[in-house]
Amino acid sequence: MDGLDDIVEDFLVESHENLDQLDRDLVALEQEPNSRERLSSIFRTIHTIKGTSGFLAFGKLEQVAHVGENMLSRLRDGALQLTPHRTDALLTMVDTVRELLGSIETTGGEGSVDVSRAVELISAALEDGPAAPEAEVQAAVETAAEAQVVEAAVEVVEEELAAIEETVPAPVAVPVPAPAAPVVPAPVAAAPAKPAAAGEEEHAPRRAVADSTIRVDVDLLDALMQLVGELVLTRNQIVQYVSRQADTDLVRAGQRLNLIASELQEGVMKTRMQPIDHIWSKLPRVVRDLGQQCGKSVRLAMEGNETELDKTLLEAVKDPLTHLVRNSVDHGIEKPEARRAAGKASEGVLSLRARHESGQVVVEVVDDGAGIDPVRIGESAVRKGLVTPDQLARMATTDILQLIFAPGFSTAAAVTNVSGRGVGMDVVKTNIEAIGGTIEIESEPGRGTCTRLRIPLTLAIVPALTIECAGDRYAIPQVSLQELVSLDAEKAASAVETVGGAQVYRLRGELLPLVQLADVFGTSSERHDGHVVIAVLRSEGRRFGLVVDRVINTEEIVVKAVGAQLKSIGLYSGATVLGDGTVALILDVQALARRALRAETVERAEQRTAASAAAATASAGAERTRMLLAAIGGGRRVAIPLDTVTRLEQVKTATVERVGSREVVQYRGAILPIVRLDQHLGAASAYGYGEESTKDTLEVIVYADHDRSVAIVVEEILDIVDDTEVRHSDIDDMGLLGSAVFGDKVTELLDVRAAILAADPGFYAFETSFDTSAAADSDDLMAV
Amino acid sequence: MSSTATTEGTAQLATFWLDGDLYGVEVEHVQEVLRAQKLTRVPLAPPAVAGLINLRGQVVTAIELRERLGRPARAEGAEAVVIVVRMHGEAVSFLVDGIADVVHVDAVDFEQPPDTLDGRGRELIRGAYKLDGRLLLALDVARVVAA
Repeated sequence: MDGLDDIVEDFLVESHENLDQLDRDLVALEQEPNSRERLSSIFRTIHTIKGTSGFLAFGKLEQVAHVGENMLSRLRDGALQLTPHRTDALLTMVDTVRELLGSIETTGGEGSVDVSRAVELISAALEDGPAAPEAEVQAAVETAAEAQVVEAAVEVVEEELAAIEETVPAPVAVPVPAPAAPVVPAPVAAAPAKPAAAGEEEHAPRRAVADSTIRVDVDLLDALMQLVGELVLTRNQIVQYVSRQADTDLVRAGQRLNLIASELQEGVMKTRMQPIDHIWSKLPRVVRDLGQQCGKSVRLAMEGNETELDKTLLEAVKDPLTHLVRNSVDHGIEKPEARRAAGKASEGVLSLRARHESGQVVVEVVDDGAGIDPVRIGESAVRKGLVTPDQLARMATTDILQLIFAPGFSTAAAVTNVSGRGVGMDVVKTNIEAIGGTIEIESEPGRGTCTRLRIPLTLAIVPALTIECAGDRYAIPQVSLQELVSLDAEKAASAVETVGGAQVYRLRGELLPLVQLADVFGTSSERHDGHVVIAVLRSEGRRFGLVVDRVINTEEIVVKAVGAQLKSIGLYSGATVLGDGTVALILDVQALARRALRAETVERAEQRTAASAAAATASAGAERTRMLLAAIGGGRRVAIPLDTVTRLEQVKTATVERVGSREVVQYRGAILPIVRLDQHLGAASAYGYGEESTKDTLEVIVYADHDRSVAIVVEEILDIVDDTEVRHSDIDDMGLLGSAVFGDKVTELLDVRAAILAADPGFYAFETSFDTSAAADSDDLMAV
Repeated sequence: MSSTATTEGTAQLATFWLDGDLYGVEVEHVQEVLRAQKLTRVPLAPPAVAGLINLRGQVVTAIELRERLGRPARAEGAEAVVIVVRMHGEAVSFLVDGIADVVHVDAVDFEQPPDTLDGRGRELIRGAYKLDGRLLLALDVARVVAA
């Protein structure tokens, strides 16, 4: 019988919602054990389930709900006090009820779910309270229940009819979850009363919510969303076309269409929006249970529960978020004793924060626990072979923290049954990225950890930047976009530098690695006027600049799935149809960064260490190398093999300090010895001692090997050239390997090793083959 | 001449020309046939992926069948015809030289792919139907579509 099936379905949906409410109520009840209101609310919920399950002949369900109700009624009446023991019993009951509902949902029957444990637990919990006239209560409740079975049945049917009547017109709206309240407002008193009689004021606001909402199949909403997406595209096309027309009526109609389509899009998107509270509501229970299990005291604070996002996304975020919360309780927050010893309140605070930020939803999981020690992370990553010690030494702290998202990484010293099975964070990351989101982690040892998720508002329509590269257009989701930089030919020539074969741009003093989109694609750029357009993108806490031919527009694009053949390329997250009907691919920024950056940075770091030793001693003109040209004052130019250059930096003259006869500067927490090339090579300097104060910044070439670095000061970085087809001569001088002609000018080839030793005589001390006595006396070496 | 039939009885194949040969696809798979479409190329895609087309707002991958079957590229300026097929609910399109009739074929006329077909093309052909005066090569759509 179809009608009955529908009733069962409604019962399931409603009961699930009620159970969530129940979880919340029970945990809240522990805080305020005497709240009559809460107790009544819980009682009503269980009572409704019991009534309906009796009517639908779910015997086990009825049995469990019955004992629960029994205990609740006594709690409510003050005959029993709520103890943690009893709360546990009640929560067990809720779990059992949920299990039964699950079984009913999947198999249509109660199956083999064992209810005896829950019944026993509750009965036991009942026993150890002050004795109450049990039989009496039992009997009373029994009669009440019988009476209600019929009542509930009638109401369910009524509701069903009402729902059918309502399905036709009515504004589409997703039912508000939280207090949505059973339409069957299980009477509090034993005497079953019609809802209207149960106190108009108390129930009025709830009923208003229930009456003004209808349930809508999510598939229908999906279909609507799809259609609206198409409509938006068609709108874009028409608007584009109309804008070229002279007919004012047509233009006006076009504008109206534009407006209506936008509003419609917004409206339909809203129907799929749900407050994040929907998934958060389960977390107090998770935190409570876990805290008890781990012997920790944790308070859960929530901010921004009302922040809405697309239902599909909400579902997708649920598991990762739960995992993060479990992680925080299990690994982040310390035991009370440890917290007190560290001078913190014994109760840990776990905060969930959600907010809208530039078209995205930002969700933060913040704990005030022990934090993550980057050193431990680093050690562990090296031990597991995720990075080499050398790579680790070059990584910034924030980058090291992101290692916990690497597959196969888990820092838990002991694997607990709560979290830390080593499949954790990388799965979280994969899941978040699958919905176009990003995840990053910040931590301060001793102070706590903050994990930040950035999630698009909706999957179907995303704001994007459209760009052109090699004649084709591509879309970049705004989520990853930070800013755009446009350089004209003149500026680009000086601002874009090449270091070790890779292009970098100094964005407000920070080196931004550049990735040529055309190179990634293996095509060639169609921009030949020297202009450089850089989209500054962020991925996994790192920034990089994507060089494109030109920026076209920012627009809302409708994301279309691409076929399997294209998914496997791993560079596109989808495709979209632009206003003029052209298909454009959507770039997967994460994948792009992984492809372009990791390959480059890792390879280059390795090349550099391998090449540096050879290059330092290589004789001039022996092989083809790329050279960095720098002016050192007095019209002299030197060439430095690029392989030996680690970074180009600018250092404030004021920050240069003296240690004995040497100059040093503090750099990234270390002391960096400085050699001024003009003095080292005896150039008649334009910025010699007398005038050095006229330049307030120094151009510095940093050379690093293992954990030592030196800085070579030059007057100006000029160019980068290939050391091919240049005329070499062996006219040399102290500190030089020879000279050559680059671009019609005689340029001296710097003996890098000598220059480095001049700055830091101990630099090569770790090389056992090296004669240490010579190293101590750098003057000797320079004369070689 | 034993015929190892993979299809029972008769079937209907939508046929098309490719590099001088006649190929067929089960009509059930064919969604529609279009004239040449504007293609958006996909950098780094396998060579057989000619690009993406906009099929009434739906983005559909276009596979160049000549490339997929290891045949020489279409002559410069010759327009391809687009056959949109539907496999497992996903639409994919094939670029072919020209469209021909829908042909009724009989399992009796079916044979394994001729030995003269080269390796790449051979895997993607279910077999051949002997028609009057020519062979009709039955395309294995699932394999052609597989990445």
